[in-house]
Amino acid sequence: MSTADPAQAVAAGGEPTEHPGSPPAAAVRMSGIVKRFPGVVANDGVDFAAALGEVHALLGENGAGKSTLSNILTGLYRPDEGRIELDGRAVHFDSPRDALAAGIGMVHQHFRLVPTFTVAENVALADPHGIGRRQVRHLRQELAAMGAHYGLAVDPDARVWQLSVGEQQRVELLKALHRGARVLILDEPTAVLTPQEADALFVTLRAMVAEGRTVVFISHKLHEVKAVSDRVTVLRHGRTVGTVDTASCTTTDLARLMVGRDVVFRRAERAHPVDPAAAPLMRVRGVSAVNHRGQPAVRQAGFELRPGEILGVAGVAGNGQRELAEAITGMRRPTAGSIEVGGSPVRLGSVRAAHAAGIAHVPEDRLHTGLAPSLSIASNVVLTAYRRPPASRGPFLDRGYIRRHATELMSRFDVRAPGPDTPVRLLSGGNVQKVLLGREFASDPKVLVAASPTRGLDVGAIETVRRLLVQAADEGRGVLLISEDLEEILALSDRVLVLYEGRIVGDVPAADATAERLGLLMGGGAVSRDVG
Amino acid sequence: MNHNLFVVIAASAIFYGTPLFFAALGELLTERSGVLNLGVEGMMLIGALFGSWASQHVGGPSWFVVLASVLIGALAAAVLAAMYAVLAITLRVNQTVAGLALTIFAGGVGLSSYLANSWHVALRPTPHPIRKLDVLGLADTPVLGPLLFNHTMLTYVSWVLAAVGWFYLFHSRTGLRLRAVGESPQTADAMGISVAGYRYAHTILGGALAGVGGVFYSLAIVPTWVDGMTKGAGWIAIALVIFGFWRPELTLAGAYLFGALSSLSLILKARNVHINGSILDALPFLATIVVLVVMSSGSMRRRLGAPAALGVPYQREER
Repeated sequence: MSTADPAQAVAAGGEPTEHPGSPPAAAVRMSGIVKRFPGVVANDGVDFAAALGEVHALLGENGAGKSTLSNILTGLYRPDEGRIELDGRAVHFDSPRDALAAGIGMVHQHFRLVPTFTVAENVALADPHGIGRRQVRHLRQELAAMGAHYGLAVDPDARVWQLSVGEQQRVELLKALHRGARVLILDEPTAVLTPQEADALFVTLRAMVAEGRTVVFISHKLHEVKAVSDRVTVLRHGRTVGTVDTASCTTTDLARLMVGRDVVFRRAERAHPVDPAAAPLMRVRGVSAVNHRGQPAVRQAGFELRPGEILGVAGVAGNGQRELAEAITGMRRPTAGSIEVGGSPVRLGSVRAAHAAGIAHVPEDRLHTGLAPSLSIASNVVLTAYRRPPASRGPFLDRGYIRRHATELMSRFDVRAPGPDTPVRLLSGGNVQKVLLGREFASDPKVLVAASPTRGLDVGAIETVRRLLVQAADEGRGVLLISEDLEEILALSDRVLVLYEGRIVGDVPAADATAERLGLLMGGGAVSRDVG
Repeated sequence: MNHNLFVVIAASAIFYGTPLFFAALGELLTERSGVLNLGVEGMMLIGALFGSWASQHVGGPSWFVVLASVLIGALAAAVLAAMYAVLAITLRVNQTVAGLALTIFAGGVGLSSYLANSWHVALRPTPHPIRKLDVLGLADTPVLGPLLFNHTMLTYVSWVLAAVGWFYLFHSRTGLRLRAVGESPQTADAMGISVAGYRYAHTILGGALAGVGGVFYSLAIVPTWVDGMTKGAGWIAIALVIFGFWRPELTLAGAYLFGALSSLSLILKARNVHINGSILDALPFLATIVVLVVMSSGSMRRRLGAPAALGVPYQREER
């Protein structure tokens, strides 16, 4: 890059590159950014400018090019075309180091923290000073001071893996502040937070811009963008749609800009109400399970799922949702408890037994846990059915039948792909999920366990997946919908369970479920939380 | 042999443990950066060979010849490690396969024995072996003499290295970054740390230390060249890293334990204790197999404190 301290360089007579008519010196200005990946143009001439002392939201659907743009700004990717200016001065980043030196900090969606290090060690990692006794004491004081000032209290000697996700995010913010970041980029920072934690984060961000920093807030959640930002730049298909003052538009306006048409999410219409007197389809009793580290992750979870019911499981990420889903679907052997489907017990810890009992699984990591990415659509679709006719005869597969079956599923579930022989990894997220749902529905399950089924999908695909889940319930199946997206839980569920530290701390009928009520339960119920 | 059995075993444990520790410390640094190099055995043999060759061909005072031999052995092994680093770090080849390839390529029936034959290294014992020192004239002190004051220079160097390695890993900024590279290369990269740079440096350094361990075999233990003379010490070194939980000080203790096991049959034979020598000789390898099997289970690895990114190539633009 050209300079380590742009402000100084301007004062020293560096060439300002303001064009007549453009607003006064933006803290960050990116113009005409183009970034191509093999087969994809992720950024196709993006223009973006954030002023000093503002929270500037970058809004767009998945795949709109937000992450690529931020990776360019943080030096991780090099743009193929376009220029970047900081305080009106052109800069060129060859690596993250250059961007860091220029005062750009980033809080990634997946935190860049070393889990086995302490908080202080993580902060010290990019520190130009040593980690001797004196520096550590100094650092500890600084962390305490910053923590108090910005509402980012966290124990400097705690190991990162012991911290909650919200606390880990604070460490990321402290790291950026410690390095004196003047421009801070946050990539979907609220995805892992409770509503209350998110509110606390917004307070912190306001405090940071109040002292002249610039915050770039990347999100696709409209109400958050509305709540926290001063201005919004909307991206669609790798291009800038426009920049607007947040105060001057409604969330509906923003949605229209983002998607290019009107979208309204409302509570899903259901064909039949759930019959509370019906015998439960699935009965889970006292199930406990440990996580991959051997620590208790699910504690004594018990519930019943009725025919035609969508049962939401809400919770902040990492509170036992994954382990619960794995215990029910046989991927993880519970340490205690029992599961019954249709009145008969299911052998625990066996995927095949769970499947035979009628439990279908749409896992969180759909591309790797749910499917074999390099195999064709046809092969993936038959993965749960290949052992029986008509997919196989004796030891031999009936390839003709498999292809016909796959083609039929593709048209029924609207999978857009060149053909049944296309490897699944080449499909978009939405089509991947449709292949998976198609396969699971084809086995005519009694119970469908869906973990974050719409995460990372674009709006169109989200609508399709949600429609399929509702349709499954209307056909009399039970749907266990595990999601960290409260909006989704509220939009689809008949009843909501809340998981906190592996326990079911709430069982709320849809009529009583509000984001506030669930959020409180997700954050530990009545236990007061220090949010600084 | 007037010393009691414990002192004799302890002293020879230190002697036989020294080359194990050099190789293990090298592998430890390599693994801390997230690179698993299974080519230690091959690198040790190349180090042993070049050390042996140098001690026959370099002229000058004895101390100079020994120093030159150690450095040349280290350099030769470092060159091999650099080749491995290109495969593992730049080309992102499967590290297990590349490491095994390195050991086979350079090992007992490979390059080292071919070169030894062509250069006729095996024909004579080295004129300048690495000798045990009599430090401050205290070598004959009862008990403490053989334990502390009667070792080779390389043993004393290894003690310094254990301390330096501990300080480097846990109390220096570079060490902190090294550990970050091994634990979470994404994090390190985002912090502006060169993941490839750290991995190259520590893989090559690891090779050099394995080479020094090899030189100890051909100049101190035997002291001449014998084909395949390290006899699996490289594998023991890899197990030692795990055994020592990726910490230099514990690895040193482990090296001496394995050193004791390696020398036990010789000592007991000399003392007319009749235990089947083959079983005793097999002990370190049985222990190695157990450690390596335990290690190969992923969850066990995490629990023992293995670097989280061990053996995983790092690539930035994943699209």
